[in-house]
Amino acid sequence: MALVDQTVDGLAAGVMAPAESVAPDNSGERASWFQVAPLMVVLLLFFGLPMLVVLAVSFFDFDRTDIVPAFILDNYAELFRSEVTLRLYASSIKFALIVWAVTLVLGFNIAYFLVFHVRSLLWQIGLFLVCTVPFLTSNIIRMISWIPFLGRNGIFNQALEGAGITSQPLEFLLFSDFAVIVAYVHLFTLFMVVPIFNSMARIDKSLLEAARDAGAGRFRVVAEVVLPLSKSGIALGSIFVITLVMGDSFVVRTMSGGQSASVVSALQNEVAALQYPPAAASAVIMVIIVTLMVAGILRLVDVRKELAR
Amino acid sequence: MHGADGDHRPWTFYAFAAFFGLFVAFLYGPMIVIYILSFQGPQGGMTFPLNGVSLHWFYALVSQTRVGDIAGSFVRSIGLAALVAIITVALSVVAGLAFRRRFRGSVFAFYLAIASLIMPGLFVGLGIALTFRLLGLGTSWYTSGLGAQLTWTLPFGLLIMFAVLGRFNRSYEEAAIDLGATQWQKLNEVTLPILLPGIIGVALFGFTLSYDELARTALTAGSENTLPLEIWAMTTNVTSPTLYAVGAVTTIVSFAVIIVALSSIAAIERRRARSLTE
Repeated sequence: MALVDQTVDGLAAGVMAPAESVAPDNSGERASWFQVAPLMVVLLLFFGLPMLVVLAVSFFDFDRTDIVPAFILDNYAELFRSEVTLRLYASSIKFALIVWAVTLVLGFNIAYFLVFHVRSLLWQIGLFLVCTVPFLTSNIIRMISWIPFLGRNGIFNQALEGAGITSQPLEFLLFSDFAVIVAYVHLFTLFMVVPIFNSMARIDKSLLEAARDAGAGRFRVVAEVVLPLSKSGIALGSIFVITLVMGDSFVVRTMSGGQSASVVSALQNEVAALQYPPAAASAVIMVIIVTLMVAGILRLVDVRKELAR
Repeated sequence: MHGADGDHRPWTFYAFAAFFGLFVAFLYGPMIVIYILSFQGPQGGMTFPLNGVSLHWFYALVSQTRVGDIAGSFVRSIGLAALVAIITVALSVVAGLAFRRRFRGSVFAFYLAIASLIMPGLFVGLGIALTFRLLGLGTSWYTSGLGAQLTWTLPFGLLIMFAVLGRFNRSYEEAAIDLGATQWQKLNEVTLPILLPGIIGVALFGFTLSYDELARTALTAGSENTLPLEIWAMTTNVTSPTLYAVGAVTTIVSFAVIIVALSSIAAIERRRARSLTE
């Protein structure tokens, strides 16, 4: 089932490569519109419209029980005045950067192993599936499965004490930033593996041989041939991981035991307190910042050009 | 074809293989531990040692009312996932076919789908909840919740269709037309059967992504919880192995769905390979 791994190829084939059909005729275009219309209607109703509503509500006023249509800038002013905002963004960005770095190293090496070391196609598909299957199981369950591992009397502490390395249980393992990062890496590494696997799979193996024949060592082949040619996969994986971490609230709440917060977990508290307009303003700012981060990545790596290659 | 030179692998192969093994252990180890712990004896706690072996916590799932409405939320989640899978297959397969031609608005449609995919789920849920509120509609898992999940599964389905269609050989369709097939016959008897394994893949993703969805559903499910919401509520107030038992059950369901989907894809591919050699 090489479905997911073909996604990037699919983008190239489906959208970015020149369409195979000759001059676009009107009946063909109309057929396409009919075909794409149902999906578009659902996305416009349940994504496009709600996002415009969030934007509108971010300018609304509110009282204890309800939102009051208005056009005020107080929600934004409050956001920019508060020191908490900066702390929350610092926390979210810290998590995003650490998780990005760890998943990048893991993802690159796993993809490299699968593409360049595993020679039989059957093994490649099998091992790829082994990496993919957890993605199709519950995220919360995968998250809480760290609790018996990292807890005060958990397996890790028992093992350390049993081996005589520590005499007291390590307290920082569970309900801490450490636990949050472990859970993120556990949940999101796949999003780095798949796109990098994809771009590596399209590298012509004879390029590596040529580099080796020309006298490059293993490390230089990776650094100067494989790495540059995997750029688009790295960029796509980075976009996935960074948007997932920046947009998360459930992992940070559960795994930090409420001790750390992120922008979105704070937003979730505001929603719980029925303070919709400030929550909406916070969402708008967050979307702008994440969009800028994504745009920054796309500026560094022209994914479309790389895909059309 | 490389079988013979298997002995001459560089040392880096073994280093990478060990690294990969560790990663797989990291991926599956904790999950396996909670399945073992879900068989904890009645007096047992949230971690090792096992205090006897029993099905106590699985019984607790269905009998205890204080853990919440596990059974009801399970039924709702399965129903919702089936609904999402059907709609995702219908809409994204057809939409995928549209992208094989160039049409005005295709770039907009593509970017709308991508934006819908990477937008933080809680924001989508917030937007839908606010929209329903402003329109004076009540939220429920089968209206707002269903719509919220589709904003996540439809783009996924579309991307899978791009991948499947990217490898699709159009000369089969041209041959069908040359042989006098109508447009409908071409679609029904040539295109869709060829695409069937990919369509099963779309259904698999639609079902499992919906079945496990949390962020988009949290604010849009209304008064009746889906299973992930129920589990999330449990993580804050249940401190017994019941939590692991529910995890074991829900993972078994996911695995069953994955196995059914993958084996039917494999069966189709095998039948094809056989009919080619005959």
